[in-house]
Amino acid sequence: MEQYRINKNNGLEFGLYTLGDHLPNPQTGQRISAQQRIHEIIELAKLAEEAGLDFFSVGESHQDYFATQAHTVVLSAIAQATEKIKISSSSTIISTLDPVRVYEDFATIDLISGGRAEIIAGRASRVGLFDLLGYDLSDYEALYEEKFDLLLKINENEIVNWKGDFRPALKDARVLPRPLDGALPIWRAVGGHPSSAVKAGAAGVPMQIAMLAGPTQHFKETIGMYRDTARQYGHDPEQLPVATAGFFHVAETTQQAQREVYPHINEGMKLTNGAGFPKRGFAMGADRRNVLNVGSPQEVIEKILYQHEQFDHQRYIGQMDFGGVPFDQLMRNIEWIGKEVLPAIRKYTKKEADQ
Amino acid sequence: MKIVGLSGSNVGSKTRTTMKYVSEKLTSQYPHVDWTFIDLADYTVQFSDGRNYLDYEGDTAYITKTIMEADAIIIGTPIFQASIPATLKNVFDLLPINALQDKIVSFFVTAGTSKHFLIPETQLKPILSYMKAQTVSTYVFIQEKDFLNKEIINDDIIFRLNALVEDTVMLTDTYKRIREEKESMYDF
Repeated sequence: MEQYRINKNNGLEFGLYTLGDHLPNPQTGQRISAQQRIHEIIELAKLAEEAGLDFFSVGESHQDYFATQAHTVVLSAIAQATEKIKISSSSTIISTLDPVRVYEDFATIDLISGGRAEIIAGRASRVGLFDLLGYDLSDYEALYEEKFDLLLKINENEIVNWKGDFRPALKDARVLPRPLDGALPIWRAVGGHPSSAVKAGAAGVPMQIAMLAGPTQHFKETIGMYRDTARQYGHDPEQLPVATAGFFHVAETTQQAQREVYPHINEGMKLTNGAGFPKRGFAMGADRRNVLNVGSPQEVIEKILYQHEQFDHQRYIGQMDFGGVPFDQLMRNIEWIGKEVLPAIRKYTKKEADQ
Repeated sequence: MKIVGLSGSNVGSKTRTTMKYVSEKLTSQYPHVDWTFIDLADYTVQFSDGRNYLDYEGDTAYITKTIMEADAIIIGTPIFQASIPATLKNVFDLLPINALQDKIVSFFVTAGTSKHFLIPETQLKPILSYMKAQTVSTYVFIQEKDFLNKEIINDDIIFRLNALVEDTVMLTDTYKRIREEKESMYDF
């Protein structure tokens, strides 16, 4: 775990992620400017750090209703604005980028931040960026696999010799600068489908898995498949961290939390994904056995602890700004996290020093 | 209430002829319905490649978006080689899973032989169920002999189509009320 900068004794890491969406607030119909949105994301990272959170990440999406296409630039602003919180991507679409440039960017962010940068690399759920950046959609899988492998290779070797199909060969290439500790934690982003989890396991790299709603039991199986596959391919699952990612929102009561956030999630998903979040599915999310972390602080704490017990994962990251959630509401959420959620999670997941 | 008529074949006239009748019946009897008729023969639709339906362009985008915005869909389909046509299956493939959730779907079938009677039951209904449609269980099965010169000449078929239209509209109304009642209980 050390090479991924995870110390199991510290208990479950808790973080926030944003997709960098830039959506209207459905309660008012208004949308803030892209400039304001980007500033608010940087501000959110600062507040997360002040509240003691472990991690903050920003996503890359090249389509309407998003503002952080240049997510590494936003991350470098966050690196400068913060001091100790880990910073990463959620995720970097490695398929349509040059791994050399991605590595240069993140190694630089790592130096700016004093060794806090990580890469979480995915392959995009929407595909408009293939046309925009000049790639063929029929290479969707091959691009991801080849470029992810190259990214790992650059991470492991300062001098790289490499040949592939989607990028000119590298001959004794030095990819600089190097990160502070010589290497970066690099994770695979998994959308939730077991086959992607299996691939991550076979590759023997940490997995960040998205889980919007549904039974905890179901995702436990997927995580189990990831670890089983890792073992089959000669990797030690004990050394491979798992992170889960999903919606997060707390308020005085569960009803209030649902009422506050449902319109944002539902309308936001309609615009970015083409289908809303069914109301019944969202209502079922209140059950303790469901992974949707929306509710009163006490209920959400219990859920996260239950998920930790089931998954034995090392990091949970919540998405709470999706769909034009106003900033004062985000500030209230951060306050809840700092005061109630985080202390409880630390208390119950931290391992005693003498163990 | 938005209802889409989807004629699922690129060739032949029986399905189109029937859909024209359904179209006239529905718009005259229920003028408040926002009716859109999509005859796949009029469009160039690409094969599904798994992308989000919002990422398609042109005719393909028009068809997927129109279906996704509908409250109900009336499908008309011929039977080719003992199955639904590839053109119709492709429309299903272009849509996301659960695409037909909270939508009413009814259908009629035109076929060259009575031997095809159970094909929609065993091949079309499972697709609709998987995609979470509220399916009108009774369908209208129409054969070659029910047509002459691109007109339906069998009055029994006319009566059955009238019932299909009525059931579709009534179920759409009813389902909307059920859903509203259910959702009002959630308090968010």
